Amino acid sequence: MKTSRSTRRVDDGAPWPVIVVATLTIVFFALPFIGLLGRTPWSDLFDVLGESRVRTALWLSIRTSVTSASASLLFGVPLAWVLARGRFPGRSAVRALCTMSMVLPPVVGGVALFFSFGRQGVFGRFLDDWFSFQFTFSVWGVILAQTFVAMPYLVLTVEAAIRQADARYEDAARSLGGSRWYVFRRITVPAIRPALVAGVVLAWARALGEFGATITFAGNFPGTTQTMSIATYLALDTDAREALVLSVVMIATSFAVLFGLRDRWMGAATGTTR
Amino acid sequence: MRVRAGIIVAVLMAFGVACGSNDAERSRLDVMAASSLATAFEILESEFEAANPDIDVRVTSGSSSNLALQIENGAPADVFASADESTMTKVAGFLVPDYRVFATNELQIMVAPGNPKNIRSLADLQADDLIVITAQEGVPIRGYTDEVLTRAGVVANFRSFEANVGGIVTKITNGAADAGIVYRTDVIATGSRASGVDIPAEQNVVARHPIAVLTSSTRRDDAAAFVAFLQGLGRDTLRELGFGTP
Repeated sequence: MKTSRSTRRVDDGAPWPVIVVATLTIVFFALPFIGLLGRTPWSDLFDVLGESRVRTALWLSIRTSVTSASASLLFGVPLAWVLARGRFPGRSAVRALCTMSMVLPPVVGGVALFFSFGRQGVFGRFLDDWFSFQFTFSVWGVILAQTFVAMPYLVLTVEAAIRQADARYEDAARSLGGSRWYVFRRITVPAIRPALVAGVVLAWARALGEFGATITFAGNFPGTTQTMSIATYLALDTDAREALVLSVVMIATSFAVLFGLRDRWMGAATGTTR
Repeated sequence: MRVRAGIIVAVLMAFGVACGSNDAERSRLDVMAASSLATAFEILESEFEAANPDIDVRVTSGSSSNLALQIENGAPADVFASADESTMTKVAGFLVPDYRVFATNELQIMVAPGNPKNIRSLADLQADDLIVITAQEGVPIRGYTDEVLTRAGVVANFRSFEANVGGIVTKITNGAADAGIVYRTDVIATGSRASGVDIPAEQNVVARHPIAVLTSSTRRDDAAAFVAFLQGLGRDTLRELGFGTP
């Protein structure tokens, strides 16, 4: 039915008002980047990138964002599975709770983490009393903040894929005597592999860009908590050149990620609306 | 689906109404103030508005360096109050000559209430088990902090460089950090949530807070009235809050 309709469609292109508005929208998204690239000091790009401050921030961002993306994968997939396949009351509320940090202003997430896991926070005080450990001003604070804001991207992407995957293959494998773990490993994971990749990459990109929750919760110290995003924001006041170069690095990364993912992400997105 | 869309629209509309302004007949005066002056300016704002009911003052606060950057990029403000004179000099081209120092301040070491870590002097900030924080370079409090530490011959082991004084104060009053050098008025403003340790006069510096009308201002009379208020009737309030008034 669906295919026959689409083959019968007359392809006379989009109506011109749509094209006009769409073109304006593209310009709207392109202009800020053109403006930024126009001000970028290309001739000393590598000088600035070579500065130890910048390299320290870059290296810290790579380490923390990879760790946060891995943590998102480890903890996010079971959550996505429960949300997709579990049958329990209040599932929508649980999903809302676990993905809220995606739509909240990140700084609100940082405030929440600060008052919960800070040294005198509701839970953080026990960490300090028992283990003399505190998240604030440590690299673990950065990872916690990044995972908090990044994991929902993985959870939603993977959940959509699990829903979309045909459960009958799993049922068949189970009825043939496969253990649950075997079925998950050999049937479920291959079926959702594109979504797993997309989810990890999106979570990683979000972790890399995380700023608000990190500076509120973890502080700012080169090599420990000063990530690329924080360095960019703070450099704007002191050395705009540095801020521009750091921005270019992050724009290039984000564009590469989204461009590389275009089909996988679109596929997962269609899955959600179905 | 239709119900859900209805709820979303209702929430957005309520948000819009809450943000809407109902005092169109008052003329607006945009004041940019260093974060160390934010609390004082909130009080001064309502006092000034009580005396000038036709003017609606809006105070924006941030680190002096960030506000200066906004001014350089054409932020449509009327008055700028910075925490130090060097930031004011940086934006000299955007000021109606000349800026005036309307308040002075001293530095203190801010510690947890009751000073549980028993910090007595700048030299105590060198202890390894203390979490001492300051602001990033370019922020006035950092400049003043470096100056007093140099005078005292102390090298503190900073654990974080916050975006402005507010960041230092928040992290200390909430127990994340043990100590930081801030303005005396910051310690007073936190009340019972922090204590201050005095810095001896020979090591201390006097922070001078300047204010000026911006050339971009379209309401220069109102702006000048606000500046005059801080140097006249507003002085009592400033002194009550712990500022010196030159």
